[in-house]
Amino acid sequence: MANLSVNIAGVEFKNPVITASGTYGFGREYNEFFPIERLGGISCKGTTIEVRQGNPPPRIAETPSGIINSVGLQNPGIERFIKEDLPWLLNRDIIVIANIAGRTYEDYCTAVEMLNDTGVNMIELNISCPNVKEGGVTFGTSSGGVEKITSLVRRVCKKPLIVKLSPNVTDISEIAAAAECAGADCISLINTITGMRIDINTRRPVLRNNTGGLSGPAVFPVAVRMVWQVANRVKIPIIGMGGISKWQDTVEMMLAGASAVQIGTANFTDLYTPLKVIEGLDKYLEKNSIADVNDIVGKVDAW
Amino acid sequence: MGKIQDEFKIVNKLQPTETCFDYSIYCPELAEITQAGQFVHIYCGEKTLRRPISVCQTNKQKGIIRIVFEIRGEGTLWLSKRKKGEFLNILGPLGNGFPTDKNKKALLIGGGIGVPPLLECSKCYSSESSSILGFRSQENAILIEDFIKNCAEVYIATEDGTLGTKGFVTDVLNDLLAHETFDVICACGPTPMLKAVSHAALCNSIECFVSMEERMACGIGACLVCACKTKKDGKEGYSHVCKNGPVFNAQEVVW
Ligand SMILES: Cc1cc2nc3c(=O)[nH]c(=O)nc-3n(C[C@H](O)[C@H](O)[C@H](O)COP(=O)(O)O)c2cc1C
Ligand code: FES
Repeated sequence: MANLSVNIAGVEFKNPVITASGTYGFGREYNEFFPIERLGGISCKGTTIEVRQGNPPPRIAETPSGIINSVGLQNPGIERFIKEDLPWLLNRDIIVIANIAGRTYEDYCTAVEMLNDTGVNMIELNISCPNVKEGGVTFGTSSGGVEKITSLVRRVCKKPLIVKLSPNVTDISEIAAAAECAGADCISLINTITGMRIDINTRRPVLRNNTGGLSGPAVFPVAVRMVWQVANRVKIPIIGMGGISKWQDTVEMMLAGASAVQIGTANFTDLYTPLKVIEGLDKYLEKNSIADVNDIVGKVDAW
Repeated sequence: MGKIQDEFKIVNKLQPTETCFDYSIYCPELAEITQAGQFVHIYCGEKTLRRPISVCQTNKQKGIIRIVFEIRGEGTLWLSKRKKGEFLNILGPLGNGFPTDKNKKALLIGGGIGVPPLLECSKCYSSESSSILGFRSQENAILIEDFIKNCAEVYIATEDGTLGTKGFVTDVLNDLLAHETFDVICACGPTPMLKAVSHAALCNSIECFVSMEERMACGIGACLVCACKTKKDGKEGYSHVCKNGPVFNAQEVVW
């Protein structure tokens, strides 16, 4: 068996497979099928200071090789997350990443301060939710915005800090550099790509929110490209995601420069995807006589 | 006991109408625990999302569940092309079913492809229970014989009048409630129908449960895409059809 463990910003993951924020709740539902401790980590549903109802339905539509969603950060609020969901997760042998979003700088800083005193292993700043006006995306689409929010949060944050980037930008490497410069310990990307579908009979957008975020295999090539560009620019580790649905995608994402991956939409197609990915990755390494998964990170031999 | 995701074999395939299919699937684990009104989430070929389909009937002795579905889009089209002997990847049983009670006299009201989820229900209430089934036309009518076996009375309504009463299930419902009472109403069908049934139940002070439909992703309550507006203790909020439903108390739904 090859070494599958990875170390990101001082946090040891038993394997590089993490489930993506918003697709996995707080882990309980999936734990009915297999012990989620077999995963490297879980990125929790994005939480905000206040309770959020989310957007009106329909919130999802299938698209070629993917989906668009407009959940709109429905969540129980960070206080209830800490009280009711976190203890259960902290009792398992799995790296727990809290994912937070907010409307203002203060929102983010307050959320981080609340999480500082908990057992979460890492904090992921979602500054890239395309589905709520105030979902942080205003901070996430300019280098100046990213730099400011990251440095403000950095000042109060006692946990390793991941900044999750939006792909809805002109130059992803600029944005990543701004996050690194402002003190991020890790970059995760990509969040969903803003999309839209229209029902040709009713002439109404399929989603009640009009637009939504595209995810699933359709976005994979975009995600690989962005991870590769960011890897060429920053020194901090990268968690790659966007459309990963099989172990081959994971290898590809790691070759592009990701130290670990997150899997979201693919859980909806087959909830055993993360386990199949871990198994396939291990076999791939063994077959190619690679002793350590870290040895493939960034090893694309670009033209 | 619990939910599973696995491959199960289609042991019988029927096509009651041009667009409607009736599969029997051998899966003892599911048949053993599936309740009336619960659903399964089925992988449909190259599609990213599974398709939720209500269980129409379970047979514990034979280890079989039966699903009856209509071609609505690409997913169900793929599903309709499977052959007897092929395997389907099924996740289930999911959601909460109807709160069945052998001592209660129920009225089951189904519209179109909302008819199948009520069949299992028809065995789980008192033998005095009746049903009202609505279809667009005679050629869309399904499962009538099955309901006749289980119900005291089966009333049919078709929009074009080719079978039973001409009109909607609600027309039959209002006439029926004028001279007969029921302990509970269970309904499944298009939202406007459910809303009308819910209103009639409220006016007649009859407890009412409706099976709601919403697009789904995970099917197990993790992703929050399947929102349905509900109110509890006067407070409105979103419930999730896959986990809190698909069956809701009609008076909790914000129509
Ligand atoms: C239904 C749904 C809800 C999501 N909610 C969040 C969220 O709350 N916070 C966040 O940072 N990303 C959220 N995302 C984005 C995912 O974490 C991920 O970045 C994106 O879906 C791309 O990965 P995938 O193609 O593997 O799903 C959500 C995605 C989906 C499909
Ligand atoms: S489909 Fe995911 S919560 Fe209902």
